[in-house]
Amino acid sequence: MLEIKNLHVELEEEGKPILKGVNLTVEAGKVHAIMGPNGSGKSTLSYVLSGRDGYAVTEGGATLDGEELLEMEPEERAAAGLFLAFQYPVEIPGVGNMTFLRTAVNAQRKARGEEELSAGEFLKAVREKAKTLKIDAEMLKRPVNVGFSGGEKKRNEILQMAMLEPRMCILDETDSGLDVDAMKLVAEGVNALRDPSRAFLVITHYQRLLDHIKPDVVHIMADGRIVKTGGPELALEVEKNGYADIVAELA
Amino acid sequence: MTALLTKDARRVDATDARIAALELPKGGFTGPARADALKRLRAMGLPVRRDEYWKFTDPTALNAHEPTAAPALPLIEPLLFANRDRVSLVFTDGVFDSEASDDLALAGVEIHRLAEADRADIHWARDLYGVLEARGQMPVARPFAALNTAAATDGVLIRVTGKAEKPLHIYYNHSGDFSDAIVHHCIRVEPGAELTLLETGPAAARFNKVLEVDVAEGGRFHHVRAQGRDHARRAVTHVFARVGREALFKSFTLTVNGALTRNEAVIEIVGDNAVAHVAGAALGDGKDGKYHHDDTVFVTHDAVACESRQVFKKVLKNGATGVFQGKILVKPAAQKTDGYQISQSLLLDDDSQFLAKPELEIYADDVKCSHGSTTGAIDETALFYLRSRGIPIEDAKTLLILSFLADAIAEIDDADIAADIVARLEGWLARRRG
Repeated sequence: MLEIKNLHVELEEEGKPILKGVNLTVEAGKVHAIMGPNGSGKSTLSYVLSGRDGYAVTEGGATLDGEELLEMEPEERAAAGLFLAFQYPVEIPGVGNMTFLRTAVNAQRKARGEEELSAGEFLKAVREKAKTLKIDAEMLKRPVNVGFSGGEKKRNEILQMAMLEPRMCILDETDSGLDVDAMKLVAEGVNALRDPSRAFLVITHYQRLLDHIKPDVVHIMADGRIVKTGGPELALEVEKNGYADIVAELA
Repeated sequence: MTALLTKDARRVDATDARIAALELPKGGFTGPARADALKRLRAMGLPVRRDEYWKFTDPTALNAHEPTAAPALPLIEPLLFANRDRVSLVFTDGVFDSEASDDLALAGVEIHRLAEADRADIHWARDLYGVLEARGQMPVARPFAALNTAAATDGVLIRVTGKAEKPLHIYYNHSGDFSDAIVHHCIRVEPGAELTLLETGPAAARFNKVLEVDVAEGGRFHHVRAQGRDHARRAVTHVFARVGREALFKSFTLTVNGALTRNEAVIEIVGDNAVAHVAGAALGDGKDGKYHHDDTVFVTHDAVACESRQVFKKVLKNGATGVFQGKILVKPAAQKTDGYQISQSLLLDDDSQFLAKPELEIYADDVKCSHGSTTGAIDETALFYLRSRGIPIEDAKTLLILSFLADAIAEIDDADIAADIVARLEGWLARRRG
């Protein structure tokens, strides 16, 4: 589904290379995890895939279902089925969460040539999905992420994911700032979306999220490259020994 | 008076020439107030660029004997608030149009046309016409308001004695390319009474309007206006308000386009536990020529435990200019004052500019006053967040602009009226993308 080939990326302004040849294939129905130390390029990879400004691709590329991803605008990538759950979800005062969700859902449907959801259909779908994430009506009415706790923000990201039904989901440090209960709730939300036609790329520092969202494949990223790939046991190894051993062993 | 000391021969000549060119109604019961206003105008003189409160705004077009041409643009949207239950008063080029207006009957509200009422003697209006304007001339001179009191040809005198069952809507129709309208309204909200006043429309090629509002003890006055859209029109408006004990005064203004708009609000809080809010949302696109929007606000606290808020937001593009000059003056007796002021601009390109002059002057020691001013571009992170959810870039920008304006719009208490204002904003933003 997602294919990244020899991806080289640098910061546009400083010309500083961040990704130095990432190769990665994520198949439909699978959960891949990327782990790695700070500054290894994990978040950059998620931003480049979803189309954030400020990065220059100097070599290589990425495709989603065979389509060149990196040439599309962020909104086109979303309509094509890509979703990024942000590490730091953005607060948007004055725009209601519901308005935001409905605008997003209908914009994507429109872009795909589908009929827009009526107010009634939309409301029903949101209520259902919000309930399983323990998001109450009050939270839906409030401005997007304004005054939300860390856990509420992350649950709100998963609600957006559930409403937009993307096929390729990237979760960027979704566990950061969450206590165990909040993490479980978020993981349950993600697991409910697991489906043979949907794939996940879970970016995390720690193994603990992967106790709840069980990965099929684990990659270790260091210095802008995938340096090691293995099964779920690789995450346990990191938990036990840290990244230093793995990185040292490759040097 | 500072104005007297700095006036020079050129200013005197210019002022005299302008007064000579005016058609001055004699006035009936307003006659003495008009004569006094003329004296004030002669004493202070018309403004020049070096005057402290005219440094950011060029008064030339307002000083000129004749207005610059401003063609009336065809309406492209239904009249704002037309779907609301209201009593509608229509002025065309500053002249009351009784044919186009509703019957001046509204329970709890007494409405007179200034041009006719002047022949009678309406005692409450005599105590108001030009009175709040005169009080508002210190410590800052407001020559165009004095000119208005002296020369106003039409307007309405409104006395609110109960809770008005629906809003009063004044629509200013613009017809003549060289129309030069001088309109003066007086509103007296009696103790415990309540009125919502809506004002919309482009008004005239050049429009000078004064609104004097006296809100007595426990009275409530809501003001929502939308200054329309004729690109070349020039306007100078003043709201003078006196807010009594436990009274509420709230004024919101939306301005879209117009070559020059100077909106002054001069608010004097005179009774304890009163609340006065004044807010503005301005959208300016310099593409059609000049866009210059100036909010000049002066709030005086002269009573205990009162609250004032100034919330001004401007969205500017294509070389548009926004100005904010806002002051909170807290007099020695005004303990427990809660004063707040924020002015912000969202610049959509590098050509536009925002000039802000926030001022606080506090003589009481137990007060809470805060102010802030910011200028910025659209937040790239927020824009990316919205786009990453599939929202196309122009729709995402619209959402962020509405988000930016939200605090100003939140100053409108009536949800339906606020929704109408938002719809108008969305229409403007949709027509002016990119």
